[in-house]
Amino acid sequence: MSYSPAATDNSVPILKVRELKVHFPVKRGLIFQRTVGVVKAVDGVDIEIKHGETLGLVGESGSGKTTLGRAVLRLNDTSGGSISYSGQDVLALRGGEMRRLRKNIGMVFQDPYGSLNPRMTVGNIVAEPMLVHKIFDNKLAIRNRVMELFDTVGLNRSMASRYPHEFSGGQRQRVGIARALASGPNILICDEPVSALDVSIQAQIISLFDRLKLEQQLTYLFIAHDLSVVRHVSDVVAVMYLGKIVEQGNADDIYRSPQHPYTQALLSAVPIPDPAVERKRSRTVLKGDIPSPLNPPSGCVFSPRCPIAEDRCFVEAPMSRTLSDGRRAACHKV
Amino acid sequence: MTVTSDLGNEWQLTPPLSTRLRGMFGATVKAAKRDIVLGVSISLLLLGLFLAVFGPTLARTDYERTDPVNRMLPPSAEHWFGTDNWGRDVFDRTIVGTRLSFLVGFSVTLISTVIGVAIALVISYFRILDAIMMRFVDGFLAFPTILLALALISLIGPSIGNVIIALSITATAGKIRLVRGAVLSLRESTYVEAARAVGVPVPRILMLHVLPNIVSIIIVQATFTLASAILAEASLSFLGAGVPEYVPSWGNIIATGQGYIQVGFHISFFPGLFLTVTVLAVVLIGDSIRDHLDPKLRGRLKTTTH
Repeated sequence: MSYSPAATDNSVPILKVRELKVHFPVKRGLIFQRTVGVVKAVDGVDIEIKHGETLGLVGESGSGKTTLGRAVLRLNDTSGGSISYSGQDVLALRGGEMRRLRKNIGMVFQDPYGSLNPRMTVGNIVAEPMLVHKIFDNKLAIRNRVMELFDTVGLNRSMASRYPHEFSGGQRQRVGIARALASGPNILICDEPVSALDVSIQAQIISLFDRLKLEQQLTYLFIAHDLSVVRHVSDVVAVMYLGKIVEQGNADDIYRSPQHPYTQALLSAVPIPDPAVERKRSRTVLKGDIPSPLNPPSGCVFSPRCPIAEDRCFVEAPMSRTLSDGRRAACHKV
Repeated sequence: MTVTSDLGNEWQLTPPLSTRLRGMFGATVKAAKRDIVLGVSISLLLLGLFLAVFGPTLARTDYERTDPVNRMLPPSAEHWFGTDNWGRDVFDRTIVGTRLSFLVGFSVTLISTVIGVAIALVISYFRILDAIMMRFVDGFLAFPTILLALALISLIGPSIGNVIIALSITATAGKIRLVRGAVLSLRESTYVEAARAVGVPVPRILMLHVLPNIVSIIIVQATFTLASAILAEASLSFLGAGVPEYVPSWGNIIATGQGYIQVGFHISFFPGLFLTVTVLAVVLIGDSIRDHLDPKLRGRLKTTTH
């Protein structure tokens, strides 16, 4: 499903990530710590999101998608590369500038239970971004805005004086979304915002995201592992594996004809709700687990599990190439 | 989800202090009514505070004057708790001693809690400071409390002020360790991260997101400190390192009675009873505060009968 893009100039990417690396050193020793290894959670990732677009970031657990999302907000340190938000170098921001970045980029977290402070009323939780960024100078204006946000995300206004534990998972996630919207951001980073919710609630939250996108011309970085959810919301899809983006392109193209063997395997894991077709189709089933990022395989990171790998794949890491239809894939065989 | 109308319970960004205090007071009274142990404990502590303030006024005799003729009298209508080896009224000395015990207990608790929590919050955000500070804390915690307090007092001289200082130092070390651990684990929680993602500055994160969530730990620890400071003062006085013998404190009176425990155990018994009851009340209050402060438990306590 695609959207009519917002009226703004959408040829210039609002968020641009180049060669981003997030490496975590693994330390041993009690007093004299020494680095015994490096976890390359994100290892040379390029993505860009145009204004009003949704980029769906998929990949299995441990592929580094969450780390990438957090790095955009500088919630964890980066080891290399660059991130730019409407032309501004995010990694060079300091203090007040960084706070302004966090005003413009909102984040919705995966865990609706853990992401709300249990000792604050949900009204205060939603009001906090406005207080911190001094968006309004009087309490009444903040109050009215909180009430508006409650309406926007579909919460009852009278619930504002309650505490998070009095809410269900779906309601809490709405509170989390209201908080993310409170500072009036352009971009929302959604880190698996529905994977902790019931399927029926998932649909509600997804349609809330759809509506917000149209109403507020939001740009999304939508991180998920549920391919059908991603297909529904995304304009562009990026598939991540072991810290690298293996395939990236228009959502419809990728779902119609996946090029990278990993994408093919992922898509073939999605069940087809028609037993006749399901029985006939050939499935690519991956063997084993995602390798440890502490000790990534040489050559192509996917080579040990790849059904079509040849000698070259085990030695030489493939570069990401642009294919004829404009998408990019990192595989020797496409 | 409970669906009840919220009439008169409208959300306010910052409710005025008076409303919050009234809420706290109301909640305490309600909790005390429901929980008989808490009610009794609070009453006993209030009685203790009353004695601490008015003890010397209530004393019927001159509690420092010796009266050798009437020494070692057992409890009677005239001397409710009997008299000690110098003929001083034990009841009067005990209620006068309440002031000193409470003064030391509350001062040590207040000082160590405020300083300990402040240091813990600050060092948890500066790694180098943390490493240095924690080695000092380890050093202090390596010594038994009383031994360290004895050493400090022998260094700076025995007086009420110095007893408070010595006990505060050792109590603060424990506070820093406890609160720091709680802060470090909370710092990784998703809601603190969410606050960072929204752009909340560090001081505000510490005050609004971290502190309120460790307040129950702090209060429980504070009641424990209060109890152990009263005990430690008694121990120091008992050992002769606290206040001079003629100044009544529970520890002093118990120490005096110790030599006569076989001929007149009432001298040690009554101040000992006061000490035990006070400490027990404080600890029980702390326990119950922890249960009531947790918003999750709060709901459960309302609905379940136990």
